[in-house]
Amino acid sequence: MSNLAVLPIVIPLISGILLALLHKKIQLVRVLAQLFTGINLVVAIYIMYVVQKNGSIILESGGWDAPYSIVLVADLLSILLVVTTNIVALACVFYAPKSLSKQQEEFYFYTFFFMLISGVSGAFLTGDLFNLFVFFEVLLMASYALIVLGGGKVQLRESIKYVLINLFSSMLFVTTIAFLYSVVGTVNMAQIAQRVQEVDQKGILTTIAILLFFVFGTKAALFPLYYWLPKPYIVPNPVISALFGALLTKVGIYAILRVFTLIFVHDTDFTHNFFIWIAGFTLIFGAIGALSTNNIKLVISYNIIPAVGFMIMGIGLYNEAALSGTIYYLVHDMIIKAALFLLVGSVAYLAGTSDLRKIKGLIHHYPLLGWLFFLSAFVLAGIPPFSGFIGKLLLLQGGLQNDEVVIVIIALLSSLLILLSMIRIFVRGFWGEKDESIRVDKKAARAFTMPIVFLLFFSVLLGVGAELFYPMIENIAAYLLNPELYIESVLKE
Amino acid sequence: MIRANDLILRTTTILIAFILFGFSIYLFLAGHSAPGGGFIGGLMTAAAIVLMYMAYGYEAMKKIIPVNYQNLITIGLAIAVLTSIGSFVFGEPFLSQTFEYFHLPVLGEKELATALLFDLGVYLTVIGVTMTIILSIASDR
Repeated sequence: MSNLAVLPIVIPLISGILLALLHKKIQLVRVLAQLFTGINLVVAIYIMYVVQKNGSIILESGGWDAPYSIVLVADLLSILLVVTTNIVALACVFYAPKSLSKQQEEFYFYTFFFMLISGVSGAFLTGDLFNLFVFFEVLLMASYALIVLGGGKVQLRESIKYVLINLFSSMLFVTTIAFLYSVVGTVNMAQIAQRVQEVDQKGILTTIAILLFFVFGTKAALFPLYYWLPKPYIVPNPVISALFGALLTKVGIYAILRVFTLIFVHDTDFTHNFFIWIAGFTLIFGAIGALSTNNIKLVISYNIIPAVGFMIMGIGLYNEAALSGTIYYLVHDMIIKAALFLLVGSVAYLAGTSDLRKIKGLIHHYPLLGWLFFLSAFVLAGIPPFSGFIGKLLLLQGGLQNDEVVIVIIALLSSLLILLSMIRIFVRGFWGEKDESIRVDKKAARAFTMPIVFLLFFSVLLGVGAELFYPMIENIAAYLLNPELYIESVLKE
Repeated sequence: MIRANDLILRTTTILIAFILFGFSIYLFLAGHSAPGGGFIGGLMTAAAIVLMYMAYGYEAMKKIIPVNYQNLITIGLAIAVLTSIGSFVFGEPFLSQTFEYFHLPVLGEKELATALLFDLGVYLTVIGVTMTIILSIASDR
């Protein structure tokens, strides 16, 4: 049943094509989109079950043998992320009808949405570096279309920045793959890993590794390459922001995680120590950025950056506890970022503005929304027993194991700053006197809260039920620390 | 608006567009085991259509080729994806292809491959995308 591995890519693709044909019948499209996303989630969960029972699923497309064909590798890490992606997608697809205008929906929103999901799943599942590039392009193409959907003036201005920076990094990406191919003569990740190991990662290969790191770092918004991120992410509709914030940077992180635990692991003194430095700066600047603005959407957008910092920190520390922390944090952050973008989107919609200075006393009108925000602030900042806490605890544990005290202190401090930035929204926006001028729209609020509750349910489950998930995460971390397992499963030697 | 005198363009277009169409189909069919394929064939077909648009104008061309190019994209994509998952039915890996030799009338012994169907999808998608882009730029004020 090796074809299972391609289903999370093909199902959204077919759904997208079908919905493009039907795009005028918007009622039908909505129902079908929700149905297909649901099916995709169920299929992904089933694949995860199979992978956990029988080990990685390798699909050699076209029936060619491994190093020659394009392989898809559904191991526990990639399928876990695919499942998380689909949870986020399901919440977004239910949020979309209320949030988008009918025009935007008719203008192929669902098609591009499914293309994005397809690209993201593909990037997680591929076992081939060139195809990673291809799937990056698929998801970027979809994201270009989504970011300008609606065509506001601000959107067009920000999207030019977004498109340019991504075009540049894609160019660098494909050039770097060409460099790598000229050195090792293959683009199959397992075979690259094998050959890099044979020559013990000489200087040129470390250079290529750092180039790749820059490519992925641009996509993942690491210091100092994050400057492009916050604004383009807040100009489109909240549901699109949620998709971007939850998925796009995480694909970059996944690529770094995969490449630097599988391929370039022989010069960790240089590469991985470098990551710790980058992580430190990313944490500090991201957290400061989140405090620097009164735009609630921008606060959330800036909060992506320290989260990325935490994950890179784990990759840099490169031991079992830290890697488990990174994986835990990755899953946690995908869900909570989507929830937060949807939350601030609905707050901005209900209050009529995203300027924190003009919002007050929302909790009198929308108590449920207020407490959901409070809860998600705690989840994000990592207050026990929520999921952010487990991830951070593991990361700090990993840091102390390696005697990297400085990064541990930075991580703790920036957690405090993140909490401050979130509580600031809660205190100033939700507390205070009742604002009588707000026109209460309970119906919209109810439609908004359902997907958010759905996401927060998983988020809380991930924290409170850590006992359930931790063994699996630990398995993945141990698996990542032993690249031989991946190589053997793909090349079958 | 005074129309430019495009007698020469129109006359040569009849000939050139014909050759372009013919060659694009040749390229499309050659693609399986020689240089060519759906992508380049589609581009060349689109070039021929654009040439005809330039010679005969938007309104006339809408009557000659009454195709909605946006739908062509979706149909092309659908063909490509469906042929690649067609292998599921036969229990083969994704994107598997097969071929057989057939004796065709007039053409003689020919190889027919399922990859051609996939290429047809690519061909239609490329025509659709290229024409959509060019026509939306052209109709932009």
